[in-house]
Amino acid sequence: MKTMPSLLTGLVLTAVFSAPAGADEVQVAVAANFTAPMKTIAADFEKATGHKAQLAFGATGKFYAQIKNGAPFEILLAADDETPAKLEREGVAVPGTRFTYAIGQLALWSAKPGFVDDKADVLKQGTFNHLSIANPRLAPYGAAAVETLTQLGLLGALESKFVQGENIAQTYQFVSSGNAELGFVALSQIYADGKLKGGSAWIVPGNLHNPIRQDAAVLVKGKDNPAAAALMEFLKGEKARAVIKSYGYSL
Amino acid sequence: MLTATDWSAIRLTFELAGVTTLLLLVLGTPIAWWLARTRSAWKGAVGAVVALPIVLPPTVIGFYLLVAMGPNGSVGKLTESLGLGVLPFTFAGLVVASVFYSLPFVVQPIQNAFEAIGERPLEAAATLRASPMDTFFSVVLPLARPGYLTATVLGFAHTVGEFGVVLMIGGNIPDKTRVVSVQIYDHVEAMDYAQAHWLAAGMVVFSFAVLLLLYTLNPTGRRRA
Amino acid sequence: MSDSGILARFRLDYAGFTLDVDLALPGRGVTALFGPSGSGKTTLLRAIAGLERVTAGRLSVEGEVWQDETVCRPTWQRPLGYVFQEASLFPHLDVRANLEYGQKRVPGAASRVSLDQAVAMLDIGHLLDRKPGGLSGGERQRVGIARALAASPRLLLMDEPLAALDMARKQEILPYLERLHDELDIPVFYVSHAPDEVARLADHIVALQNGRVVAAGPLTETLARVDLPIRLGEDAGVVLDAAVAARDEAWQLAHVEFAGGRLWVRDQGLPVGHRVRVRILARDVSLARAPASDTSILNTLPATVSACAGDAHPALTLVKLHVGDSPLLARVTRKSAHALGLAPGLAIYAQIKAVALIG
Repeated sequence: MKTMPSLLTGLVLTAVFSAPAGADEVQVAVAANFTAPMKTIAADFEKATGHKAQLAFGATGKFYAQIKNGAPFEILLAADDETPAKLEREGVAVPGTRFTYAIGQLALWSAKPGFVDDKADVLKQGTFNHLSIANPRLAPYGAAAVETLTQLGLLGALESKFVQGENIAQTYQFVSSGNAELGFVALSQIYADGKLKGGSAWIVPGNLHNPIRQDAAVLVKGKDNPAAAALMEFLKGEKARAVIKSYGYSL
Repeated sequence: MLTATDWSAIRLTFELAGVTTLLLLVLGTPIAWWLARTRSAWKGAVGAVVALPIVLPPTVIGFYLLVAMGPNGSVGKLTESLGLGVLPFTFAGLVVASVFYSLPFVVQPIQNAFEAIGERPLEAAATLRASPMDTFFSVVLPLARPGYLTATVLGFAHTVGEFGVVLMIGGNIPDKTRVVSVQIYDHVEAMDYAQAHWLAAGMVVFSFAVLLLLYTLNPTGRRRA
Repeated sequence: MSDSGILARFRLDYAGFTLDVDLALPGRGVTALFGPSGSGKTTLLRAIAGLERVTAGRLSVEGEVWQDETVCRPTWQRPLGYVFQEASLFPHLDVRANLEYGQKRVPGAASRVSLDQAVAMLDIGHLLDRKPGGLSGGERQRVGIARALAASPRLLLMDEPLAALDMARKQEILPYLERLHDELDIPVFYVSHAPDEVARLADHIVALQNGRVVAAGPLTETLARVDLPIRLGEDAGVVLDAAVAARDEAWQLAHVEFAGGRLWVRDQGLPVGHRVRVRILARDVSLARAPASDTSILNTLPATVSACAGDAHPALTLVKLHVGDSPLLARVTRKSAHALGLAPGLAIYAQIKAVALIG
């Protein structure tokens, strides 16, 4: 640039070359339960930094398979803490970038008002045909639901009423369509702005299951992307944390 | 190798495909006959509805079936009032969904076979004192045999390969709605790739064998007049 | 009208085509439905069979109403036989099963033709175990005819059964059709546009043009009409029923006798007394005021002019003659007709160059 005779030309070129550097894109794989808050956070992030976050929502297990097979994701917001750790061990996630961005809250929910009481007696009464849970083999929320029922001593009685969603989004769908009278969903799905959106719910006390730690990690594809680093920072910031809490996650 | 739940899924899958195919052959025949013979202005619309599952993503079909067959849906209200309960998460519900999902794969080959027969054999049978029903069983069905073979194989294989719809309305219940494709998906999601491979390879071999059978028995899919 | 016979009245409108016929046809013998393509002959046949839906129609066969304002029997309830242009055998059945198809659907009491009879008549015993796919065109058509017969029809409808066959195959089938005519007492409606087939097989003719009947009646009379609106052109001529009267072994000739005289024809080995048909085309008949002795023409018959009419070309005249009770047509130039002073009632000699013995 210094050899350029004209200051004007130099300014123009600087603008042209630096513009993309100031507004990078980052590809983010987001666990299905974090869909709603992440949309809000991504919008805030774009406003605050000029970077753009491209979001893909889905099951963490599926993202794992895709990432291992070359999917172009640069950040993973997992539904658990195991998958990011595993990816780091396998050299696919950048070491030292992992952190818990949210702790999931499990809720027993029915689309019918008054169906679920705040002591979960409905589970003992068993006056329903279908209890929707996320596949415990695949989804942390499903595993937490099974742990909760075990703690309550109800697993044996209710197992035959299980219908399983492949992920927490489908679990929610079964309940919201009324096909299952109630189900264990993520509080974030039925909670917005600090209150229940509809139906009736019991927020499962944290002592009934292992905490659902949701970890994020930068993947090797995003290692040198400034937007990836910026998004990780943004997630740790006050603004994002406030959004995350408002959707019923604890931190 | 395959576990007990894998085998249960395989058995369930074949049961579902078998029941669905049988039902489709019975239901598809009058539809195909009507489509092949009618001059009604509705032919196009009905044909398009039958073909919808070919172009619609299975998730769309599954979603609407879930909503319609649920307790708040019109079909669900009907089945409940008939004392049948709601269909999602039941084997019967999967059969209903599969019938809709695989309908074009059965109706279209039969319809093509009926159309290929043309008017003449029907006229010849009528001049030989055969009533329309008699003609259907003594002339139309035997002549449409290649079409029925194709329809049976495609209907069965397509139902075996069904995934999205089952996922949407099945609820993944062992022995009731957990079919092979869902089981494979579970294995993959659970990162249990070895297990997934056994089932997935089995599906590939099965599908290949079925298509090979179809092409061997029915080389051109057409019939000499 | 009497109960015997077939009464058919149909009116049907398609875009650009109207069929409008009202016929009283004999309940025996072969009736040719004759006309150019598009004249409606096949449509008429299909209407009789009930294959063509006609709302305004009446049809009775020997007193039995098949269709009128209140009833319309579907095809399968009409005791008819139908022979299609292409045999239309069922490809999934062997020949025997094809033959049995109609036969076993006829109630026992109504059965008039046995399977064996049909097989023998069409000479297809050796084909019974074959599939239709392996038969020649002629064989297929013979099976098709036998199949229709085995259903014991009260009326046999044949839609140009020879049209899809080549000359050799036609010659193969024609004798069987004649046999049908001679041996079975089933009325036959035979659609054709080929004058030679009509001349050979028909007893009656219905000539159709543009969906209307332009002439109908016994074959001999109808063909001899000089005012026939259908121009037969080179095929104009008469068909006469005759019998072999004598054979001249030395010259390999036979004498056939018809109502009005005798004709020399080539001897074909037929015994004396055998019934034959002879066809004499108008173009093969010339006229003379006096019998010529120094001529190669064998057949010269005294005749009377009964009518003259214009012909296809303005230079020509079609002359109708009577030889005894039989009609004859002659085609001469107008110049000759003028020179000879041809007029109804004139006595004249018909010199016949060629006589075709057609069975």
